[in-house]
Amino acid sequence: MTYTQMSMAEIRVLLDDKQLSSRELTEAYLRRIEKIEPRLHAYIKVTPEQALADADAADSRRAAGQCLSAIDGVPMALKDIFCSEGVVTTCASKILYNYQPPYDATCWAKLKAGGAVLLGKCNMDEFAMGSSTENSAYGVTHNPFDPDYVPGGSSGGSAAAVAADLAAYTLGTDTGGSVRQPAHFCGVVGIKPTYGRISRYGIIPYASSLDQAGVLAKSCYDAATVLEIASGQDRMDSTSAPQPVGAYREACGRSVAGMRIGVPREFCGEGVQSAILDELWAAVDKLRAQGAAVEEVSLPHTPYALPVYYVLACAEASSNLARYDGVRYGLREAADNVYDMFAASRSAGFGAEVKRRIMLGTYALSSGYYDAYYNKTLQVRTLIKQDYDRVFADGFDALLTPPAPSQAFRLGEKVDDPLTMYLQDVCTVPVNLAGLPAIVVPVALHQGLPLGLQLIGAPFAEEKLFTAGSAIESARLVPSGL
Amino acid sequence: MSDYITTIGLEFHAEMKTKTKIFCSCPTDFAAAPNTHVCPVCLGLPGVLPVLNKHAVELAVKAGLALNCQISEYSKFDRKNYFYPDLPKGYQVTQFPLPICKNGWLEIEDAAGQAKKVRINRIHMEEDAGKLVHSGDNIGNSDYSLPDYNRAAVPLIEIVTEPDISSADEAKAFGEKLKLTLEYAGVSDVRMEQGSLRCDVNISIRARESDPLGVKVEIKNLNSFRAVHRAICYEEMRQAEALEYGEKLIQETRLWNDALGETRPMRSKEDSHDYRYFPEPDLPPVIVSPEWVREIAATMPEMPDQRVNRLRSELGLSDYDSAQLVAVPALALLFDEAVGLGAEPKMCANWLLGDVARLLNPDQPLPFTAADFAALLDEVKSGAINNNSGKEVLAEMFATGGKPADIIAARGFAQISDSSFLEEAVAKIIAANPQPVADFKGGKQAAIGFLIGQVMKETKGQANPNMVREFMLKALSE
Repeated sequence: MTYTQMSMAEIRVLLDDKQLSSRELTEAYLRRIEKIEPRLHAYIKVTPEQALADADAADSRRAAGQCLSAIDGVPMALKDIFCSEGVVTTCASKILYNYQPPYDATCWAKLKAGGAVLLGKCNMDEFAMGSSTENSAYGVTHNPFDPDYVPGGSSGGSAAAVAADLAAYTLGTDTGGSVRQPAHFCGVVGIKPTYGRISRYGIIPYASSLDQAGVLAKSCYDAATVLEIASGQDRMDSTSAPQPVGAYREACGRSVAGMRIGVPREFCGEGVQSAILDELWAAVDKLRAQGAAVEEVSLPHTPYALPVYYVLACAEASSNLARYDGVRYGLREAADNVYDMFAASRSAGFGAEVKRRIMLGTYALSSGYYDAYYNKTLQVRTLIKQDYDRVFADGFDALLTPPAPSQAFRLGEKVDDPLTMYLQDVCTVPVNLAGLPAIVVPVALHQGLPLGLQLIGAPFAEEKLFTAGSAIESARLVPSGL
Repeated sequence: MSDYITTIGLEFHAEMKTKTKIFCSCPTDFAAAPNTHVCPVCLGLPGVLPVLNKHAVELAVKAGLALNCQISEYSKFDRKNYFYPDLPKGYQVTQFPLPICKNGWLEIEDAAGQAKKVRINRIHMEEDAGKLVHSGDNIGNSDYSLPDYNRAAVPLIEIVTEPDISSADEAKAFGEKLKLTLEYAGVSDVRMEQGSLRCDVNISIRARESDPLGVKVEIKNLNSFRAVHRAICYEEMRQAEALEYGEKLIQETRLWNDALGETRPMRSKEDSHDYRYFPEPDLPPVIVSPEWVREIAATMPEMPDQRVNRLRSELGLSDYDSAQLVAVPALALLFDEAVGLGAEPKMCANWLLGDVARLLNPDQPLPFTAADFAALLDEVKSGAINNNSGKEVLAEMFATGGKPADIIAARGFAQISDSSFLEEAVAKIIAANPQPVADFKGGKQAAIGFLIGQVMKETKGQANPNMVREFMLKALSE
């Protein structure tokens, strides 16, 4: 096994035993990026100089016995939505083609303080709007298991980079499934913690009441390791949660005996690929065999989640993206007066999907439509949340569901059909609407493509997700043919 | 035309006197170099989030208490969306359906001298926008405009009255009373010329009380209460004229031009923005518990009406003096302190409304302390210096900030009250002026004035005049 194929837990043993230096490991990753990246395009920008400098610093610390954390010296990457001081952060948009943030996102600063080595910034759908990473202004990312397939989205670059061993782990963001669906498509672990668990400060917003950072990694244990460091209340984010960060690593591999797992029937009906349901029932057997109780449950408002999500997310996005006006930073198109300059810059700077969502959101908030759309969706959001409150109050520890209706689809297959593309999110958006934590773990390869399952927990029950997730996750799925 | 009934509602924006901005820790000082009081948060850079300044909430609650409002236990922030280069995020964070204070009132005097309560609909918190400096007159005709974001996200309260005001005089009186109230409450610097207090007018007219309200016109760009008064008078006339000639008024926003003394159309209702308000998802609701309100209420200073009452009833000042003192908070505060240190109220008020008011620079802090001022009054009252010297000492205290005792010593203002010295001086003048002495003794009373004047001249005005008179009478009667 090469170094880049190893999980972070394995790497750490070698680093601690001085069998491997962070520089050697980083160089191995950079060599692999050089080799694989042209076929995959998981990165928008690779930062080799910074990575090697970070690696050398980590080696010096380790030599002095001053290792900072479990991630010290391990090479990783960030979705290009996390502000990183001095490194251009585009959000995969032309409108931020030259934007260099003067500050670090809080979660990135925490990883940096833990000794993270930054390999670069990963590709994504523009402003995190999409389910296939085909909406990037900087080209599509290919699925490492088959280059004709999409890696999922919007954190497609982050998922592909982990799957293809182009980073030990990555950070992504998840507004309606953008960490979990790509994890499923690329055969890696993806966790979206409870809303407020990871500070949103420095994450370029798409829909503020739904956005949450997440971790993509090669195993539950690796994801748990990173989540412990990235989480925590932040005085710069008033919506970040004061609850203490859990012992996620300890939760991995703990027995599921006595746990109650629910399978919501609304997630398992028509329209879900049979291979996914087969794997879901296989996982149920596995959990039962290990002593967990598994029962069917109902979340009756699930069918409304998708329309509610698209109204709310677009409404918030229409406001969040108003600041890109050409005045202070980013793309500016010349025009005769200031209003024409706004229009020209935004017309040239945003891609079609972003424009579509800004227009949908603007419409939903317009006077005369506000009550019918925005207000109504807020009410339904409450009903959806109450579905989950009820199930968890009934004593369920986690819910097991498909992460998406299907496995990865072909590049270009849905790109001209936004509604079909939006249906990709049907299994993931209810979780964001309810603010809950959820994890996707890989369970099998089917017809050469990975397949994962989703576990949903009560607020701040990430530990239970790591326990149940590690009980059903398969051995690492390795893409052949790269 | 004066038969029309005028209906006016006012909207105020006051910058709150916090040290830092409403959602970040940048300073709020006025007149710093452009774009020096900015950070990623108030520049609205991608990824930043607001964190509410607790002091801003306290000041908004103070404003609410000062204006007799209900304080909302639960209020929240909303986004008001529009594009303008002075607005870094493309939306203003403000409060729309649930403001922090509502249903208040403030009392003024109407034309007949009767007390009139003007109701306050609401007070809400919001962030200010930046400022644009245009190369031309406005953004439309300029080659370029330069944004300065120092003012962006300075905390504001917006105060909205009910349409209870019925004349330009009442509007001006209300504005002045509100300004004074916010200043005493410590909520705002209320400098209209610096824009830390701004006032917009909503005005309509109708023929009879029984008619529905007329078409509402909003007037902006009013930089003083004098401008408010003039603009209302102008607008009453313009609207009445239009109605007399059968023209239809339109609901619109008009800009006051102070130099030309007229309002001009800015935009009609049809052009008005759809602000697409919705709840600000980046901020939790604002919870102000009754206990917190009580704590804030306990720190509330005395409001103007209470002050006037106290000066009148407890300290025996006249109605006029009380009102005059309270109208200038710097004087009223100095008065309280000096009286607290033992100054005699009436004398103190006379000095404050006379020489101090004349010398006071409203833009500068007082260069001396209340203790210095009380000491000066004491020197005069005890006769250590005379009244005129006292005025000169005061002028020097304003100019240099010096201590009265030092100035008196340096300038040699101390009155001579040494009996043997004064008896000697009197004897000398009597000896040198036999004719006036003879005149006095012959019954010409006025001659004593000349003799006392000679003593004062001899002592360069420093002799205690009462003692000189006493000794002179004694010597002449021997």
